[in-house]
Amino acid sequence: MSANLINLLISSTGQTLYMVAISALLGTLFGLPLGVFLATSQRGELLSAPWVNKVLGLVVNATRSVPFIILVVAIIPFTRAIAGTSIGTTAAVVPLTIAAIPFIARLVENAIREVESGLIEAARAMGATPFQIIRKVLVPEALPGITLGLTLAVVSLIGYSAMVGAVGGEGLGDLGIRYGYQRFMPEVMLAVVVILVVLVQVVQSIGEWIAARVDKRAPRNRGH
Amino acid sequence: MTADTSGAAITFDKIGKSFPKKDGGLVMALEDVSLSVPPGTVTGIIGRSGAGKSTLLRMVNGLERPTSGRVLVGGRDVGAARGAELREIRRDVGMIFQHFNLLSSRTVHENIALPLEIAGARDIAPRVAELIHRVGLTELRDRYPAELSGGQKQRVGIARALATSPKVLLSDEATSALDPETTQTVLALLAEINRDLGLTILLITHEMAVVRDIASHMAVIDGGRIVEAGATYDIFTHPQNPVTRSFLSGVTGLVLPAFIAGKIVAERPPVPSQEVIRITFAGQYATDPMLSLLTSQLGIPVNILAGAIEEVGPHPFGNLIVSLNAERGEEARTYLERHGLTTEVLGYVG
Repeated sequence: MSANLINLLISSTGQTLYMVAISALLGTLFGLPLGVFLATSQRGELLSAPWVNKVLGLVVNATRSVPFIILVVAIIPFTRAIAGTSIGTTAAVVPLTIAAIPFIARLVENAIREVESGLIEAARAMGATPFQIIRKVLVPEALPGITLGLTLAVVSLIGYSAMVGAVGGEGLGDLGIRYGYQRFMPEVMLAVVVILVVLVQVVQSIGEWIAARVDKRAPRNRGH
Repeated sequence: MTADTSGAAITFDKIGKSFPKKDGGLVMALEDVSLSVPPGTVTGIIGRSGAGKSTLLRMVNGLERPTSGRVLVGGRDVGAARGAELREIRRDVGMIFQHFNLLSSRTVHENIALPLEIAGARDIAPRVAELIHRVGLTELRDRYPAELSGGQKQRVGIARALATSPKVLLSDEATSALDPETTQTVLALLAEINRDLGLTILLITHEMAVVRDIASHMAVIDGGRIVEAGATYDIFTHPQNPVTRSFLSGVTGLVLPAFIAGKIVAERPPVPSQEVIRITFAGQYATDPMLSLLTSQLGIPVNILAGAIEEVGPHPFGNLIVSLNAERGEEARTYLERHGLTTEVLGYVG
């Protein structure tokens, strides 16, 4: 493999990491509060707002049911308005983020719902406000589940990022299509697949390690 | 103390609670419940599951609201309080739970600090250290709940409930998930707290032994109504309601042995027979040798079938089921009652 190709692989990996990192960060920034709200706004719950809950649920489902490649193309005007351009790696972050927000929100919602209702009752009995219950009870108690959910989201984003070549997003997936497939260079395709497999493995391992660190629900050896 | 003239720590005033059913009807969980909890006492509410005791307890800190009637805590109407006012009342009422409800993500001392953080308290650390010391968990302050035994978890729960120095402590079946030995140590801790801090404790349980061991006052709830209430000793010695009696049978000698229960009849048979009577000893009489006197002074032999003598609070109290010659039953009962004992004819055995 030529030095030129190796440079291309390195820069493509960098682009993929950039897109995934920024969209995961922004997706969490918006998805986490949205997920908390979805989990706590049903009728009779902490922030009881059943109508808002229904509408947001519909929006989340609608976004999640659009195939990602369609979403990328469909929101091009929106992408241009946000990123100033509809082409390139930075522009690709917009559809990735839009896809990540509802996905992360649902994962967070599920993790929050797993928190025992007795803990909410105990906090209410202490005179906690709904916001205090979310901040001091629900989110910390759901943290192991949220961590695993975010890991899943990052892995999915790595997959999605392969599709943004359609809008000039570049990255590993785009490299594999253009060089590996269209120019028929199987060694490039192989290198791309290997890098992606390693990336996913690393992300998954780090996610599981963090989740185990924050999970205090099972007794463990106390070697400090 | 405004609306409440009785000086009670907690007053339930004609409480009713109904829940809507799926078919549009109503389930009455509580009906016309009135009860006063004297300040500084341990009061036990006993009832079967579904009797409404849990709903009643949750009204004291506004986790449930009555459909009708009022709940007064320190003179304040909890049912009418909302928002910040309700949260302020809740900080004056601690609560412990059957399943402890500790945060798994927080250590012992972080769990105890939680109500203080919520109340926006300053100097949390020394207060938490003092509470941990009180419940005897200083060695375990940095452990997580998953690393503790049930009894240790409940001690954390108690320390947490006491953190904001409440005037009332609510106990929701706090010992029901614990083994008998641990139950005793947790009850002893509650009694000690009641004594040292003058805290009013209201507990619900389905175990009469819990009421006997620490409650000076009690109420029996059944089908959403209070069927009997008063001083524990009076209710143990003179139970009026069949529900109370059935609860008592678990902790006193009130159960007829099976071999008698199978043969007993309500009417005295025309043939020579034995009368089965229950004798309740209370107060000073509990220590008098009444049965020997019955035999030595009246010459009536007595056959003991079942019984127990125990203590309710500081008072000895006993229950015996005996049988004796039916022809002399009346004579024996008159003698015993003249000496301050309570008797009840349970039936006859041929």
